[in-house]
Amino acid sequence: MTSRIILPANPKVGLKMDIRILIQHPMETGFRYDASGSAMAKNVIKKLSLDLDGLILFSGELGTGTSANPFLQWSVILPKSGWLQLKWEDDEGNSGVERVLCNLSA
Amino acid sequence: MNAKRSTLQFLTQLTALLGIVGGAALAPRQNARAQALERESEDFRVLFKQLTNSARVTQERVHVTIPRLADNGHSVPLKVWVDSPQSAEDHVKRLVVLSERNPRPMISSLQFLPTQTRLELSTRIRLNGSQRIWVLAQMSDERWWGQSASVEVTESACLDASL
Amino acid sequence: MNKQRSIISQGFRGVRLCILYWGLSTTSLNAQVLTGPGAIAPQFMRSGISFASADLRATQADDSLNPAFLWVDQGQVMWKEGSGTGSSAAGINSSAAHPSCASCHHDWQQSMRGVSMKYPRWDPQTSHLINLEGQINACRTQRQHLPALAYESDELLGLTALVSLASRGMVLKRVREPSIDAALARGQLRFETRMGQNNLACLHCHTQNAGQHLGGETISQGQPHAYPAYRLEWQKIGSLQKRLRACLSGVKAQIWAFGSEELMELELYLSFRGEGLPIESPGVRR
Repeated sequence: MTSRIILPANPKVGLKMDIRILIQHPMETGFRYDASGSAMAKNVIKKLSLDLDGLILFSGELGTGTSANPFLQWSVILPKSGWLQLKWEDDEGNSGVERVLCNLSA
Repeated sequence: MNAKRSTLQFLTQLTALLGIVGGAALAPRQNARAQALERESEDFRVLFKQLTNSARVTQERVHVTIPRLADNGHSVPLKVWVDSPQSAEDHVKRLVVLSERNPRPMISSLQFLPTQTRLELSTRIRLNGSQRIWVLAQMSDERWWGQSASVEVTESACLDASL
Repeated sequence: MNKQRSIISQGFRGVRLCILYWGLSTTSLNAQVLTGPGAIAPQFMRSGISFASADLRATQADDSLNPAFLWVDQGQVMWKEGSGTGSSAAGINSSAAHPSCASCHHDWQQSMRGVSMKYPRWDPQTSHLINLEGQINACRTQRQHLPALAYESDELLGLTALVSLASRGMVLKRVREPSIDAALARGQLRFETRMGQNNLACLHCHTQNAGQHLGGETISQGQPHAYPAYRLEWQKIGSLQKRLRACLSGVKAQIWAFGSEELMELELYLSFRGEGLPIESPGVRR
C-alpha cells in the first residue's frame, strides 16, 4: 500500500501552504459482498497522523464514510524545516509510514 | 354455465384472498425497511447529541462546499474552511464530519495543530444516497459551531455488475 | 494519328486502372473504419473528461490529486525491482535470473514514450492480438522468468499505468498494417452489433447519443485514450477491458473474459476510432 505526502514545489518560511496526503487503501466498508456471496470484512484506516520531527501537525480518526484511497488536504504554516512523517493504522492491524523531507526556503 | 361461473367466482375470491394475505406478509418487510431508514436518522441524532453534549451548535464560522449533485456516491469532494485565527487561545479543537443517512453517521473526526493560518480542509467522502451532511467544529472554548449541506447522490446509470 | 491505341499504351492504361482500383480499395477500407456508423468525424471527437464535472476535471488535471498516481508509484517500484521480492532493492542490475524492467528499458519516461498506443497489435508468435497487459506478461514470463500478473491486480495496473503515462500528451495515432485488418473488421462489427437483454450496440449510446443524458449522467463517446483510469465507481484504477466489461454488464450482455479475443478486437477497434485524441492516461472517470 503506497502513500504520498505532497508539498508545494517551493515552500517558504512563514507562508501558508497546503499539505496533501493520499493513501492507497480500499477502506472496505463491510457492507459489500464478493463474487461468492460472502460479506467482505470491514477494514478501514481508523487512525492516522502527520508529524514534523515528532510535532503532531494533524491527527484523525476515519471511518467507512471516507472514500477509498483517502485524500486529505489542509492549510498550514510550518514552524520549521524537517521530516514530515505520515503514520496510519487500519482495522486489520496493517500500518504504513511515509516520510518526506520538507526544506523551507527564506 | 352456473358451475363455471361459481368456479370463476371462487377462483377470483381465492386470488383476492391470497393477494391480501400475501400483501400482509410483505408489509412487515416493507415496514422494516422504512424503519431501518428511520433508525439511520436516529443514530445520527443520537450521535449529534452525544458529541455536542446537547450543546447549542451555532451555524456560523464553518463554511462547507460540496457539489449539489455528486458524480458518484463513492467519492464526493468536500471542502471546509473555518473562520478562526487558529491561535493557541482561539482555534478549532476538533472538526467532525457527520452523515445523516450513512449506516455509520461518523465520517471523520480530525484535529489540527493551530498554526496561525485559516483552516482549510479538502477531502473525499462516501455518501449512501442523497442526504444532508454536517461539519461541526468544536473550538478551544468548548463551543460548537457548524454547517450543513445537502447532496443529491444518484445510482450509476449503467450498473456495473462485472466485478 | 492512329486512333487505335498501341499495346503499350493499353498496358499503361491497364496499370493506371490497377493503381486506381488499389487506391480506391485501400481508401475505402480506411474510410470503412473512419466513416462507418460507429465512427465519429474528427471535428466532433471529444475526450470523456469534457463530459465530466468540474471536480473530476480538476482531479485529473493535478497529479497530486489523482488517485491513479498511487498505482504509478507502485509501477515505478516494480519497474526497478522486477522480481518483486525487494531483495535487490534499488538496483538497475538486479539478479541476472530475474532482470528488472529497468535493466533492459532503462528510463521508462524515454523508452516507453509512444509505446502504449501501439497496442493492441498483432503478435506473429501466437497469431493473436496482444495488448499492453499481454506484452508486459510476455516480457515477465519470457525475459524476466517471473510469473505472469493477473488482470486487474495492483501490480499489473501499476505497470500499465506507468507505461501509459509515458505517452501522456501524445496524440493517439495508430499504424495500419494488413495483419490486423481482419481483427479490426471484427472489432468494428462488434461495436456495431446489438447485444444483451437491452439489445443495444456500443454505437447506440456512444456514437448516436454521446452528449445526451442517461439517468443523471452524460454519455461519453466511449474513447480509450485515458485508460487505465481511476474510476470512482470502482474505487480504484482499472483497465480498458474492465471498463468494457462494465458496459457489457450495463446492457445485460454476456461478459467476455479478460484477455478474450472479443475484448481484444474491441480494444483494437476503439484505438483506431480514437485516433486524434491526446493520451490522458492515467485518467479519472466516474
